[in-house]
Amino acid sequence: MAALARLALFDHELATMTSELSNIVGFVSLLEELDTTNVDPLAHPLDAENVFRDDVPSPSLSTAEALQSAPRHDGQYFLVPAVLGESGAA
Amino acid sequence: MQPADLSAIDLVAAVRQGDLSAVQCTEAFLNRIQYCNGAINAFLNVDRAGALACAESIDVRRRSGQPLGPLAGLPVAVKDALCTADLPTTAASKILENFRPPYDAFVVSRLRQADAVIVGKTNMDEFAMGGSNENSAFGPVHNPWDFSRAPGGSSGGSAACVAADMTPVAIGSDTGGSIRQPAGLCGITGLKPTYGRVSRRGLIAFASSLDQIGPMARSAADCALVLETIAGHDPGDSTSLTDAVPRYTSLLEQPLAGVRVGRVPEHFAAGLDPEVAKGVEEAFAVLKAAGATVHDIAMPHAKYGVATYYLVAPCEASSNLARYDGAHYGHRASAKPSSAFESPLIEMYCRSRAEGFGPEVKRRIMLGTYALSSGYYDAYYAKALKVRRLIRQDYLDAFEHVDLIGGPVSATPAFKLGEKTGDPLAMYLVDLYTVSTNLAGVGGISFPCGFTKSGLPIGFQLQAPALGEPLLLRASDRFQRLTDWHLRRPPNLTALCTPKG
Repeated sequence: MAALARLALFDHELATMTSELSNIVGFVSLLEELDTTNVDPLAHPLDAENVFRDDVPSPSLSTAEALQSAPRHDGQYFLVPAVLGESGAA
Repeated sequence: MQPADLSAIDLVAAVRQGDLSAVQCTEAFLNRIQYCNGAINAFLNVDRAGALACAESIDVRRRSGQPLGPLAGLPVAVKDALCTADLPTTAASKILENFRPPYDAFVVSRLRQADAVIVGKTNMDEFAMGGSNENSAFGPVHNPWDFSRAPGGSSGGSAACVAADMTPVAIGSDTGGSIRQPAGLCGITGLKPTYGRVSRRGLIAFASSLDQIGPMARSAADCALVLETIAGHDPGDSTSLTDAVPRYTSLLEQPLAGVRVGRVPEHFAAGLDPEVAKGVEEAFAVLKAAGATVHDIAMPHAKYGVATYYLVAPCEASSNLARYDGAHYGHRASAKPSSAFESPLIEMYCRSRAEGFGPEVKRRIMLGTYALSSGYYDAYYAKALKVRRLIRQDYLDAFEHVDLIGGPVSATPAFKLGEKTGDPLAMYLVDLYTVSTNLAGVGGISFPCGFTKSGLPIGFQLQAPALGEPLLLRASDRFQRLTDWHLRRPPNLTALCTPKG
């Protein structure tokens, strides 16, 4: 699960996290007692409809603004470690 | 009279009439912040220079006869979950410690256009996940009524800021009670508007179908003043409502005669502190004295609110927080060669997130990832969405019979710092009376309705149907004309605070 969530849990966190999560999952399982056979899911409180806007070009963030909080960049692009290849190569 | 003794409405009038300059007003509150914040830790960042420059420009324009905005000269503190272009915005997380947003949140732009003076950013639970403000990466906030107690959360900094007179109003956000619960525990008034009433653009997302921004202030009337500035349609938030924004401050006069207030008997079950129960019952009596009628109503799915919320909110959070990847902004871990990861990029993601997020945020990401994962989706997330519909239906049914629903905002007064930190589930149950409002998308307000024998504020909550803000504010304002709980100040606060140079 941690890999799916892209979280490298530290060893000391794993045991507590496991027991806390199983408590929480036990608690939310309270919902099982409700019969929801003919109930539609409600993902959103409003009667949501797609909202469209006209496709009009307008100014956006400049490259400098977009990069201003980047951990690493070269003035043009965000820089990240190698996407392919073995770990430790970065 | 000191600026801190005036309501926001009176302060704005005093600045407009020239009885008080915007600079004098801003300086008075900045000095209060300097004096009190060291002990309370309500602010993560105070922009003294920016606030004074803004106030100065308002005074210059007033002297030259130019028009001023409706909040001219009013000092406002903003929860650090809202982006501010010229101030760091961290959501109280280490992962955003050095983040400077390239733009203002919609609400922040509205405040600036109205000539409000933004004095700083307030402390909160990390990414607004928590009910005590103890999940901040930058230390807990102390409740101004008792420094050993939590102010509530997640907008605990905003609540403590107003309670300690460090600003007359503050902006909070409420995903499951994060405006109403800290307002209740700090003895101030906090409004969570109807979902979509206030644009979420530039609010750091926690759970997008639940999040809503709202005002926190001394009184309902001051909340009305701020709400009429920050509410309204924003083409940049596709969930923001297009309905016209009423002049809330002009709708407060109408009496409460004939207004029907619902009371849910289950709210008074075991677990509700007896002093809180007494304060809440007395609040119903005040509303009756004001002409309202009180009716017992059923909310049959109320007991499923917390369980539903703690599936829906973590699922949305696990998706929203996927953006913190160490690539575009925020904390990036330094590379530590390891063969445990598929690639250097994946390693960078996993380590950056592990180092940047605190324990509660990790817990919710893990819970949400689990509940959304293949094989568990139907049993948890889809199930929760179905129960969410039943909970909303309870509200729709109840509002066939009553105009408002009243009750406690939290089961106990402010609890001790550290009291619940070892037990995440106990902390989740703090949200018992508030989460269903967000699941249903309706509005709610909380305000003080008494004090315990030990001097802690007791909060009362009112909820209304969608777009019922005029009635929420009118009923709360009427209550505050008949009582003075909202005018009480924490005793000896000035003496207890240690000035910081």
